[in-house]
Amino acid sequence: MIAATYTTAGVLVFVTSSLLILVGAISVIVVKNPVHAAVSLIVTLFGVAVAFVAQSADFLAAAQIIVYAGAIVVLFLFVIMFLGVDRREGVRVDPLVGQRPFALAGVLITVGGLITLMARSHWVTGATGVANGGAPLATGQGNVRQLGTAVFTTYLFAFEATAVLLIIAVVGAVLLARRERRADEVNDEHEVGVGS
Amino acid sequence: MNVPVAWYLVVAALLFGIGAYGLLTRRSALVMFMCIELMLNAVNLTFVSFSRTLGDVAGQASVFFVMVVAAAEVTVGLGIVVAVFRRRSSTSVDELSELHG
Repeated sequence: MIAATYTTAGVLVFVTSSLLILVGAISVIVVKNPVHAAVSLIVTLFGVAVAFVAQSADFLAAAQIIVYAGAIVVLFLFVIMFLGVDRREGVRVDPLVGQRPFALAGVLITVGGLITLMARSHWVTGATGVANGGAPLATGQGNVRQLGTAVFTTYLFAFEATAVLLIIAVVGAVLLARRERRADEVNDEHEVGVGS
Repeated sequence: MNVPVAWYLVVAALLFGIGAYGLLTRRSALVMFMCIELMLNAVNLTFVSFSRTLGDVAGQASVFFVMVVAAAEVTVGLGIVVAVFRRRSSTSVDELSELHG
């Protein structure tokens, strides 16, 4: 009965994307070299993009590849190269006693709780959307227009706020990463400023 | 017909757990940032799954904003990592312990 509701292609796409996601994610937290972790992160992000396409979020899949794999991971790689490639986590002792078992227990409780919540809950399906004027989300192709309409009408204020946020982030990053001037340079400039 | 939405939700929960475990156990600030990205992507996947199930575009719009905030967060975070590295020549979070009691 259940098997009739989905096709082999859907299952195949799901298995592919979840393999990419989980293998990449485990590899991120296991490998020692940060460069390898960044490349594994690309694998995971690509798997998430595949899952987005399978769930008819086409624009988000493209943005996922461009923004995450294209910009964020490249930024990670820039910083890794800047700080030194072969820098590994040297100390293998735990400064906090029992950190790993506690972390594992907490994560297992969280994931188990989430999956139990999903299994025991009944999600309302087929509800009409509130963001796009009650029209249901188009599946397949064609909800890019709906997403754009929602972002530029219902969420216009949030959209403009993200512009401010990005400006603040750029200015903050430039200020943080700027090389500090030496004290004598600052003093010279100060004297010139006082004299003029 | 697509696979049930619960399958994707389980994958997202596992991805979130993996990211959380990495964040709690890894020492390098860079890898911790990558684990935060993993957790953000798990939440994005959940948003998109529910957007499909509920037929509501609001979930996809939320993912859009999460991506923007994640980009800003990574920019500032890596700027902080570079600034800390200049001062300490290390990105291990265990060595940043001036504030401990």
